[in-house]
Amino acid sequence: MAGRFEPYILGFLCNWCSYAGADLAGTSRIQYSPNLRIIRVMCSGRVDPRFVLAALKNGADGVLIAGCHPPSDCHYLTGNFKARRRYYLLLKLLDQLGIERERVRLEWISASEAEKFARVVNEFTEQIRALGPNPLKAS
Amino acid sequence: MSQTKLKLAIGLGATCSGCDMAIIDLAEKLIDLFNAADVVYWPTASDQKLEELQRLPEGSVDLCFYHGSIVNEENREIAQLLRRKAKIMIAFGACACHGGVPGLANLTTTKELFTTVYKETLSTDNPEFKQPLPETAVGEYSLHLPGKFDTVQCLHDCVHVDYFLPGCPPEVPLVDKAIEAILTGKLPQKGATLAPDRILCDECPRKREEKKISKIYRILNTIPDQERCLLDQGIICLGPATRMGCGSKCINVNMPCRGCMGPTSKALDQGAKMIASLGSVLGLQGEEQMNEEQVKALIDEIKDPVGIFYMFTLPSSILNRKSIKK
Amino acid sequence: MDKKGDVDEAYFQVVELRGFEKFCEGRPVEEMPNITTRICGVCPWNHHLASAKAADAVYNVDPPEAAKKIRELGYCAFFIHDHSTHFYALGGPDFIVGPGATPAERNVAGVLKKVGAEAGRTVLKALRYAHEIEEIVGGRAIHPVFAVPGGVSKPLSESDCGRIQEMAKFLLDYSKFTADIFEETVLKNKRHFDLVTDDTYRLKTFYMGMVDDDGKMNLYDGHLRVVDPEGARFAQFDPSEYLKHLSEHVESWTYLKFPYLKNVGWKGLVDGKNSGVYRVGPLARFNVADEITTPLAQAAYEKMFKILRKPAHETLAYHWARVIETLYASERLLELVQDPDVRNSKVRTVPTATPKEGIGAVEAPRGTLIHHYKTDREGILQSVNLIVATTHNHAGICISVKKAAQGLIRKGKVDDEILNMVEMAFRAYDPCLACATHTIPGRMPLEIDIHNPEKKLIKRMRRF
Repeated sequence: MAGRFEPYILGFLCNWCSYAGADLAGTSRIQYSPNLRIIRVMCSGRVDPRFVLAALKNGADGVLIAGCHPPSDCHYLTGNFKARRRYYLLLKLLDQLGIERERVRLEWISASEAEKFARVVNEFTEQIRALGPNPLKAS
Repeated sequence: MSQTKLKLAIGLGATCSGCDMAIIDLAEKLIDLFNAADVVYWPTASDQKLEELQRLPEGSVDLCFYHGSIVNEENREIAQLLRRKAKIMIAFGACACHGGVPGLANLTTTKELFTTVYKETLSTDNPEFKQPLPETAVGEYSLHLPGKFDTVQCLHDCVHVDYFLPGCPPEVPLVDKAIEAILTGKLPQKGATLAPDRILCDECPRKREEKKISKIYRILNTIPDQERCLLDQGIICLGPATRMGCGSKCINVNMPCRGCMGPTSKALDQGAKMIASLGSVLGLQGEEQMNEEQVKALIDEIKDPVGIFYMFTLPSSILNRKSIKK
Repeated sequence: MDKKGDVDEAYFQVVELRGFEKFCEGRPVEEMPNITTRICGVCPWNHHLASAKAADAVYNVDPPEAAKKIRELGYCAFFIHDHSTHFYALGGPDFIVGPGATPAERNVAGVLKKVGAEAGRTVLKALRYAHEIEEIVGGRAIHPVFAVPGGVSKPLSESDCGRIQEMAKFLLDYSKFTADIFEETVLKNKRHFDLVTDDTYRLKTFYMGMVDDDGKMNLYDGHLRVVDPEGARFAQFDPSEYLKHLSEHVESWTYLKFPYLKNVGWKGLVDGKNSGVYRVGPLARFNVADEITTPLAQAAYEKMFKILRKPAHETLAYHWARVIETLYASERLLELVQDPDVRNSKVRTVPTATPKEGIGAVEAPRGTLIHHYKTDREGILQSVNLIVATTHNHAGICISVKKAAQGLIRKGKVDDEILNMVEMAFRAYDPCLACATHTIPGRMPLEIDIHNPEKKLIKRMRRF
């Protein structure tokens, strides 16, 4: 089947900010790429690095983690700080494992940032499209 | 009488033989083991040849300890042979359970390995770049060498494993307990790991406080306090990501844990667990005012995550090897 | 085999590779003393210490005196443990139980039966004591963790020293007891002693070992000295100059490389004054040193060289030298634990220099061990070169195996006893193939393929 590569992007969106922001994009009828599949978590701090690794192993071309803005928006106060620290450490690991770090992205999206959400999804989709399919899929 | 003695085989793949030494270091208890079991195959310390093992009926060996990882076809064949002959197969040690330190070869390929070992190392004199070959003609003879896999595997990647005894090597008390369980018929349900399913921090005697680590230290540039938790002091210690049962012997001499017991059953991927744990405890004073660059700089102080967090478990981890661009 | 059924060629192939020299690239240098112990679990201590010494050199840091002595103290306990394991469980059974015993008896269980329950318990207790001392000093016995760039991670307390001293006294008695067993089973046993001096097992090579400033044997630190087959000094150099003296040759039928003396040249798998093949290990150390620093071992050393000339070329005499070295290690252990320096609490010098490159060498039980590291400015490894004891002996092992096979296999007759006697030719080296190809170890993956003159495979006997 000819046609361009459609990235499969898995998204972990925190319940209080990012998921609400995505909802708002929906009700506002803002158009954005359909490539993102969303999993709602209570907090970006809930995202265990193994979710990201498992997603990549199972063929996801990209992984988005979205949470509340530091320093003060996290519903659980410090969950987003933890997410950020884990994210940077995970990127170092991916560098060493030969996976392009651009495939995993952390964004701060508040409940009112519907436009930002749509922009991020569109941008990320095109970025992954340019990178190509997950190298693990070939093996 | 021989007929009431257990038949024991100790098989090996690509091993350093530390696990053989763990058995020999049972010391006086070795006599008890030899009284209860006949060793029918143990290449390191006994002379029975492979043919004798091959002649044994299937399932006639009561127990097999297998240590070492699988790096070539020969290792795999012997693992499969032992699985057919043995009633119970125990993955013994870090290499068999998780891949072990040689699992770090999964960060490279056989081709790159050969180039380094047989060409680039400083003392090697090999201008024509002769390399080990599967077949070499020497005079009228043909010499065969088994090839090396690009990816190191654990025992359970090749055969069904009944029990896991982790550690690099498993400490003598753990080995002793496992053997006792076997001899008294008190093994847990199949698939179990023969060590407690809790993290090392539960066993570690050091004093722990609320963690807020603002700077990372490498063990070489700091002399740690002997009473306080090493992670509290900014030294990367894999305790939170590692199974207990070893007696925290490394911690006792002021060295941080490097995870040789592998993760608990709840963690599955040791590196991911360590990243999760560090994410929970790393914190700068005033991180609330820090920007992304400053946070990133703190994280950059952690050197070589894959080598430190997966030192013993890379082959058994989720991503299991480096993705090499063709 | 040729037409008469005599051995034409024999090849000793090492069949595995794990690749430490490659996958250590990218690792922080202070992790190397712990990573490289996994090259070999039978001899982790020599890798741990050679690695720590290389890391010291990378950071240009000199550990405090107490740290060096603590390292050497733990090392002595390890030497006793390792040599004993070889003597009683790996190579020694050939003599203790006899080369003609069945495979089922030619192992540690057979040895324990032969020497008797009480003697057996003495040996096992010695292994347990050595193990315990290794744990006190090194954290763990198998894969110690205590050596760091600039020193060791923990000082020895007064009570640590007290416990070690108790055990060291027992170990000294045990070493004398082991020397007695060797005397009984080899020196006083005509058949076994004749095997030792038989030409089948004689090889006239160069020898290399470590000596201190006075030319006396030292296992932890010193200069590397090379003597020629007649015993004349050929070279003496600091380990950091090893590249000027040693090179490694490659063949495609084995994963293991062949170190040789650069200044003599690679002439193939032959011994003699014109071939760069040299040997290391207990016999080699004795051949190069002028003296042993401890009294009982020195007396035994002098006695050995009264019976065999110096340099001794008899490969099976490696077992003899090994037993004497066990005596040396236990005397040195007692010396060190009684030294007040070893109780000093200053055991670390924190490095301050920018890391770059370092070479560390020790004498492993099986011979000289060299670790060579190059790092970036943060101490992350860029390049690793390891020359491990058994690797130095690879050429010697090949020649020994061929000579033994040719000497013992006649007219096509190969049985278990003969095969075992061929194996004795390389077991004497106490070869550690885990180390050698930084590969897999402990056992001898020897396969003898016997081809008839028409090149048809008529018999395959495998040691594994």
